[in-house]
Amino acid sequence: MTSPTIVVESTQVGRGFWTDLSRVIRSILRSKPATLGFALVTLHVLLAVFAPLLAPGNPTSNNPAAVLQFPGGAYPLGTDTLGRDILSRTLYGGQYALTVSFASTALAVLLGTIIAGLAAFYGGWLDQVITRLLDSVLAVPAILAMLVLVTVFGSGPEVIVLAVVVVYTGGVTRVVRAAAMDIMPKDYIVAARARGEGVFYILSREVFPNILDVVLVEFAMRASWVVLLVSSLSFLGFGANPPTPDWGLMVAENRSLMAVVPLATLAPIVFLATLIVGLNLAADGLAKSLGVDRMKEILG
Amino acid sequence: MLTRFVLPRLGWAVVTIMLATMLVFGAMQALPGDAATQILGQNATPEAVFTLRRQLGLDQAPLERFITWLGHALTGNFGTSLVSGQPVGPEVGRALLNTSFLAGITIVVGFTLALVLGLVAGLFRDRWPDSLISTVALVGMSIPEFIVATLLVLMFSITIPIFPAVVVAGQNATIAELAPSMPLPALSLMFVASAYIIRMMRTSVIDVMETDYVHTARLKGISMARLVVKHVVPSAILPTLNVVAMNVAWLIGGVVVVESIFNYPGMGSLMIQSVQSRDLPTILLITVIGAMTFVICNLLADLAATLLNPRLRYPRNSK
Repeated sequence: MTSPTIVVESTQVGRGFWTDLSRVIRSILRSKPATLGFALVTLHVLLAVFAPLLAPGNPTSNNPAAVLQFPGGAYPLGTDTLGRDILSRTLYGGQYALTVSFASTALAVLLGTIIAGLAAFYGGWLDQVITRLLDSVLAVPAILAMLVLVTVFGSGPEVIVLAVVVVYTGGVTRVVRAAAMDIMPKDYIVAARARGEGVFYILSREVFPNILDVVLVEFAMRASWVVLLVSSLSFLGFGANPPTPDWGLMVAENRSLMAVVPLATLAPIVFLATLIVGLNLAADGLAKSLGVDRMKEILG
Repeated sequence: MLTRFVLPRLGWAVVTIMLATMLVFGAMQALPGDAATQILGQNATPEAVFTLRRQLGLDQAPLERFITWLGHALTGNFGTSLVSGQPVGPEVGRALLNTSFLAGITIVVGFTLALVLGLVAGLFRDRWPDSLISTVALVGMSIPEFIVATLLVLMFSITIPIFPAVVVAGQNATIAELAPSMPLPALSLMFVASAYIIRMMRTSVIDVMETDYVHTARLKGISMARLVVKHVVPSAILPTLNVVAMNVAWLIGGVVVVESIFNYPGMGSLMIQSVQSRDLPTILLITVIGAMTFVICNLLADLAATLLNPRLRYPRNSK
């Protein structure tokens, strides 16, 4: 503990990953809305994972003998026009929404963070080119880009993931780049550069750990938007293919019969809404406990 | 201010719009089959397809076609629709007018209401009006337009039938003919688009209420009404304008969903139709308009941020 460098090292060791994690978790549990948010998201994950055990029937099997049934008996929430069990379809619906949204958000945030790191590290013309190019991608209305990509490549889940990555990576990059730019002039990075450390070392050991809070909030926030966008796409007929059990698709299928079997429309609506409310509350709680300004992140 | 701030940005705006159009153009090239096969259908003879392709100029190389398109576009000629054979300009123009009407109502009524609600929530921080308004904003942020629209139809077209569930006036309807079916589409858009504005306004009102000059003003015994009008609103509204500008750009996505639900003859419906029928000239013009909206909103947001923080005016000296 004689030279100043060692002091810097020891403070960094002092705020270790696990200490930070437990602090964040405690701060989230102290806030009721944040706890509710994480509970809702966990509940939805569990429902989707255990849907095969929980669902009373098969979500895609038609039953011409039991079309548009009222709730009761073998069909707790009734059936749709093809005689499919609404409860089973609703329970299974989370699988598509959660996997597609989680995979695409994770990919977009990962890719965006790497691009942002490189842009911030190298700066200069590379940074300019990346920023301008991503601005152009952002300028294409998200929904139009998705419609075009789905029309070109078909509407399989992997295409939806790709389309979300195309549409959202630019936004993630913008936010993360700003955060990375803020810490680039800091002494520990200048020192690492002076030591002659490579780009991989500096980004993975110095830059990313120090902007992890921004990246995490970005992930939580984007996740809620992606669920929203993916379900809207399914609703428009450009997302999940029938007969996939998907909430957006279910609303589209059953909307015209709302006066006859309201639950066929309302059940997926309730599931989708609670999932996104949960994601939003969780994102708020995470932002607050990490000290990140969420509105600033939205504006990029 | 003008030369250092606005002009370079305008230059980049043009480049951005051009690149965005190029990206969409490029993506559309990857489509299997083209407008010629689309128009003539499955049973067309190869000769007929060939002739039509020549007429439509589809036999040229993609880059060549893009440059031709760009040259014409710069003189205001956006080509003819591959589906209707009519010039794209007037067709898209009509849709744009209808959409602007819908979006205009949403922006004027919805955004004003959102600013007021945000102000009320901020002033009554942590008391019941705030809890109520914040919850509404959270719900608005969390439910997609198609759900709001569906629930509104359930409430106001099925349960209490006061508003029509779909627009029955056709493609060429005038604004006056569309007006009666406006309330539900406009409400759906307003609810979703206002959420972030309410939130931002609330946050910035709370920030302003904590500042020294507001404390001083209160200690001087200024009336609440005067405090709000003179001090709180002017300072709180600037950071919010940023969100308002971004929301106008986001409105595009909502418009597509809402128009398709209510069968409203605007840009959103036209976008879905033209993507489905691979009508490239129409898609490109829609892209140009969409990108322009985005760029202009961004520019306005930047301007608002600059007005708020004069240090940003000279980026080089800010460090």
